[in-house]
Amino acid sequence: MTAPALLETENVWQRFGGLIANKDVSIKVFPDEILGLIGPNGAGKSTLFNLIAGVAPPTQGTIRFGGKDVTALPATARCKLGIARTFQVVRSFDSMSVIDNVIVGSLMRAGSVAQARDQAIEVLEFTGLLHRARAPAGELIPSEKRRLEFARALATQPKLLLLDEVLTGLTPSEAQQGVDLVRRSRDRGITILMVEHVMEILMALVDRAIVLDLGAVLAEGKPADIVNDERVVGAYLGERRRAKSA
Amino acid sequence: MGKDAFTQGRYRELLLALGLAAAAAALPLFVKDTYTQNILVLTLMYAALSQSWNILSGYCGQISLGHALYFGLGAYTTSLAFTKFGVLPWFGMLGGGAVAGLAALALGYPCFRLRGHYFVIATIVIAETAYLLFLNWDWAGAAMGIDVPVRHDSWLTFQFARSKLPYFYFALLLALMTWFVTWAFENSRFGYWWRAVKDDPLAAESLGVVVFRSKMAAAAVSAFFTAVGGSFYAQFVSYIDPESVMSFQFSLLIALPAVLGGIGTLWGPALGAAVLIPLTEVTRSYTGGSGKGIDLIVYGALVITVSLARPDGIVGLFGRRWREKTAE
Repeated sequence: MTAPALLETENVWQRFGGLIANKDVSIKVFPDEILGLIGPNGAGKSTLFNLIAGVAPPTQGTIRFGGKDVTALPATARCKLGIARTFQVVRSFDSMSVIDNVIVGSLMRAGSVAQARDQAIEVLEFTGLLHRARAPAGELIPSEKRRLEFARALATQPKLLLLDEVLTGLTPSEAQQGVDLVRRSRDRGITILMVEHVMEILMALVDRAIVLDLGAVLAEGKPADIVNDERVVGAYLGERRRAKSA
Repeated sequence: MGKDAFTQGRYRELLLALGLAAAAAALPLFVKDTYTQNILVLTLMYAALSQSWNILSGYCGQISLGHALYFGLGAYTTSLAFTKFGVLPWFGMLGGGAVAGLAALALGYPCFRLRGHYFVIATIVIAETAYLLFLNWDWAGAAMGIDVPVRHDSWLTFQFARSKLPYFYFALLLALMTWFVTWAFENSRFGYWWRAVKDDPLAAESLGVVVFRSKMAAAAVSAFFTAVGGSFYAQFVSYIDPESVMSFQFSLLIALPAVLGGIGTLWGPALGAAVLIPLTEVTRSYTGGSGKGIDLIVYGALVITVSLARPDGIVGLFGRRWREKTAE
């Protein structure tokens, strides 16, 4: 890919006291791609995800979005630039109705509340939640809550959408709907970076995958190459298994 | 999910509020004795105060138990401006609101970095500090307080010795005004931001909500109207001292109607005040006025009962159906 990257991390480090969660991570996310970020537990995926979303600045390194240095910008400012996210543990506004949740997102760019409401209705239709618009968010079932978070993030009209394990914990049919939603979002011109555990679904969905292990980039490439990469298999299944099969 | 249905629902609420206000305005035709009129005035005043408190604590979720500070600032600004400089109470009222609003911003700047219980404790401590300062501030009357000189009845100086009715109508207007402000904010950018901040500040930030600014705005609006209520109270009783306008008890009295009626709801504070204030006043008179505290026991019992039976307040009694209808 030769197009300039939409998002770029350059030699990013994140330390928590003595623990190194991200070690010299440099990745690029290109426009209009679906990029998967995978790795075993504790590989530093969520940390990197949060660094990109702007929860906290990295200990060291630079994060660029659309060519602009956003390393020091907080989450609110990054949202304005076009980075939206979902949370690993769902965070809906439970005292508000479904549509009001989405309106909070669409107010980001809408000029008025009425306009935000129109946009919210449109997003709810797109995500298949329109029939639940008036329900209190606290009463949704888990899969609906995930979709609500997705809708809320979409409502901010992002260029880059960060999805943190949106397919985890869903039934196969729900997960399939999720996959469909991710694809349709990309078709609307939204670049997707997703962290995921469910490898089977993810590998069929993404254009490219980056594997993190022990805080550093272990491998990067097309899904087919990744699943056959010995280092990746080793990281997931353990050294012993790899030694045996080799 | 019609947008028109939503708008209709909102205007239906507005009509209901205007209807209730009109009905309340007719009450003095039937209620002639001063004692009951006094209760009506206090009920409306607490409805207005609690509605103001509800903006910061109910909608934005920043629980304040120090609103006596803003109440007192309103009362003191009006009374001091009038007695020291001859400024008419109407200007004192606006000035008091402005002073309280600015105070809320100045205090919010450091305090909104605190969360949960720590924030609540900060509001209590700050209000108590202000109370002690006023208790020792000679120019402002210190513990002796300020006696607002009573002149002839006039709307100009907002003083009425013979009739309570003017106070009643102003209190009604104030209650309606705070309700209307809340109603207007509900469907505004800040209205959505406030509720998002209350439910989940981290998620709100990820959606571009400026959490700090939301809290500051809620605090300023809330303090402004609480102070206007305080100014009104000073005119109503025409004597204030730190004990009677700035003690901790006021902070509780301002918060309780909303808690009882339904915190973070449009109708909660008014409903709560309508139940709570008459009940307390009656209890107080039955126990001969000397039983200071019995009215508070009634308060406590009532709040405990409601929070056990209906954690979402009296508004919850009207059920989901009613709320959904209005939210349509």
